Amino acid sequence: MGVRPGRNGHGRFRHGVHPPELKELTAKTPIRRAPFPDEVVLPLRQHTGKPARAIVAPGARVERGDTVAEADGFVSSPVHASATGIVEAIELWPHPDGSWAPAVRIAVERYSVQAARPRLVPEWESLSPAELIEAIRQAGVVGLGGAAFPTHVKLSPPKDARIDTVLINGCECEPYLTTDHRTMVEYPERVHLGLRIMMRVLGVTRGVIGVETNKPDAIEALRATKPTDIDVTVQPLEVKYPQGAEKMLIASVLGREVPSGKLPLHVGVVVQNVASAATIAEVFETGLPLVERIVTVTGRGVRQPANLIVPVGTKVRDLVAACGGFTDDAREIVFGGPMMGVAQANLDTPLVKGTSGIVVLSEDEVRGQRSYPCIRCGHCLDACPVFLNPQHLGQLALKGRYEEMEAMHLADCMLCGCCGYTCPSNIPLPQLFALAKTALRQRPAVKA
Amino acid sequence: MTPRLLVTASPHLGSADSTPRIMWTVVGSLVPIIAAATWFFGVSALLVIAAATAGAVVTERVFGRHGVLADGSAAITGLLLGLTLPAGLPLWMAFVGGAFGIGCGKLVFGGLGQNVFNPALLGRAFVQAAFPAAMTTWPVHGGSWWQLKGDNLAWPLTSPRAAEFVTGASPLGKMKFEHADTSLWSLVIGSTEGSLGETAGLLILLCGGYLALRNYLNWRIPVSIFATVGVLAAALHQLDPARYPGALFMLFSGGLMLGAMYMATDLVTSPVTNLGCWAFGAGIGVLVVVIRIWGGLVEGVMYAILLMNALVPYLNAWTQPRVMGTRAVERAS
Repeated sequence: MGVRPGRNGHGRFRHGVHPPELKELTAKTPIRRAPFPDEVVLPLRQHTGKPARAIVAPGARVERGDTVAEADGFVSSPVHASATGIVEAIELWPHPDGSWAPAVRIAVERYSVQAARPRLVPEWESLSPAELIEAIRQAGVVGLGGAAFPTHVKLSPPKDARIDTVLINGCECEPYLTTDHRTMVEYPERVHLGLRIMMRVLGVTRGVIGVETNKPDAIEALRATKPTDIDVTVQPLEVKYPQGAEKMLIASVLGREVPSGKLPLHVGVVVQNVASAATIAEVFETGLPLVERIVTVTGRGVRQPANLIVPVGTKVRDLVAACGGFTDDAREIVFGGPMMGVAQANLDTPLVKGTSGIVVLSEDEVRGQRSYPCIRCGHCLDACPVFLNPQHLGQLALKGRYEEMEAMHLADCMLCGCCGYTCPSNIPLPQLFALAKTALRQRPAVKA
Repeated sequence: MTPRLLVTASPHLGSADSTPRIMWTVVGSLVPIIAAATWFFGVSALLVIAAATAGAVVTERVFGRHGVLADGSAAITGLLLGLTLPAGLPLWMAFVGGAFGIGCGKLVFGGLGQNVFNPALLGRAFVQAAFPAAMTTWPVHGGSWWQLKGDNLAWPLTSPRAAEFVTGASPLGKMKFEHADTSLWSLVIGSTEGSLGETAGLLILLCGGYLALRNYLNWRIPVSIFATVGVLAAALHQLDPARYPGALFMLFSGGLMLGAMYMATDLVTSPVTNLGCWAFGAGIGVLVVVIRIWGGLVEGVMYAILLMNALVPYLNAWTQPRVMGTRAVERAS
């Protein structure tokens, strides 16, 4: 079928792990629309950067697509009403990151057709790069792969950066998730249009879409719809976690190494997730801002795993109900994939823009709680995709020697979880590293 | 129905391997080797191995943390120590060796994962230093299976009656002191004099190879040891075939197989980096050849590994991987 990873175009990176893929639950399930819930909750912080500022008051009626919170500064993103209804309150609410954060709560209007207010849809080809970026910014588009970095910031590199490639990330290397997979299979034209718009914005002539070879139907669909007038290639990549991490993807596809502490744009690359590309296309096709996303609700803890189009702000409770409810052995709810996702403690936590999946793990697949002493097997060194020494870092972390960890390039750790996955002693290495990073960030404040 | 939610840090999935599983797999892989030793040396072999294991396990149980026996590491130490002992050794000496290996080789350092030296080899070094005569009395094969091959049942602190049993020199001793050759075939199969588990070279190679396939030992260590010993021995043999034995004799005689596959590859006391493992193996190989040929001792595997164990922290620091996106390799403190 011609979907082997390329030999010289690399298609591979060194180290990493092979967790079970577990994607068969939803890989062939067509995307369907979930019913509107009775209430949506829109946290003001759904992106990396400064939280948005609410501009509606309780009691106000908002229509689907109306702005409820404005971007506060450049590295910020507006939030739009994902359903027509009445603003009930602006209050603290459980946030997917585990905290309580300010959110706009909207009681969804019953029997509403949920049509969007008619909007002027600009012809994207007539807009300048600056106008395109502004349109993307106003639509509240953020990276949909998980980190939710505002897209307009990524599309505005410093003047001296020489970008030559837009790289679309279609790896979806996390187990269980099929959001990007189904997007590529069902909306390949949107992915291509989004890529074309971003190439136009950045003035770049080369676009590459990297897809792991376990999604042959996605590769086929993207190749069948590939535009012929611009230089776009679909690059099959080895199935390995974390193939979809920016630095790994750039190494696999282009053979370039992002310097420590630097961004992809330092090696001339802008990376965007396929779902983000498709959303950009949708913004210019429909004029509707980012008010809904595709999400995989899966795992052995839900009765009918599915790929759903859902309004942003839908609660886990409603999402799982739309998938037949929990099974008897459901144990842990994870937002994102099981390798990097965050476990949830509250069924009222809403889905946010960056939530690519909701995985409900069953009792017998969650990781054991028991840890053993490190036996220095070195498996974590062979797993770490950035070539850190998690063994030594872990020992330092347990002793609280964070400064020494910093000298060993802790900052290059992206918390991908490979070391923790492979550790036979079940030492929570990524958790220790996250703790060390936080302690180092707060250090000046502690000293002052 | 609302489930009772578990909230843990990512990653939420783990690989199937666990520390107890690794340890018990190693124990399982030792079973054929123990069976071979029992076949060659009779009931004495079982008794000696059991005594060494009992010494290790009892010490871990008494002085270690609650429940540590379940991780299987004390059992490995005892079994491996037993395999390095001669069949005729009084059982109480084997027991003391196991107790010393766990007590002074592992528990004083803080238990599993903290020790610097291989506990089994430390136990053997102690027994060899304390009871040199008993440790170099190698019973010859033959006799009925039930017949004890030495003074196994001697009371503690009595002198063994070694003279009453038929004994012979190990192949390395024959080579060193009598310049007598042993057929390679009997070395590979194991029908020679020697310690219990040191004799069946081929079987040890197979069992260790299985562990390497499971990634429970770093294959670079034995490969590096074999390559270094083989190349050095072959080069010396070329210089003076009468004086220096050939490479295959060096590889299959003495404790080299057991040492290379099971002792040097102990996860805790070998380097964590792959480059470090290559260097570690090469160091052991050089030391083995040097001690065997020019040293005063007949066998050098034990001291070669213990010496290199001491260098592991340095090997780790010198062979840190280059972090992606950085230029220079920086050393760990």
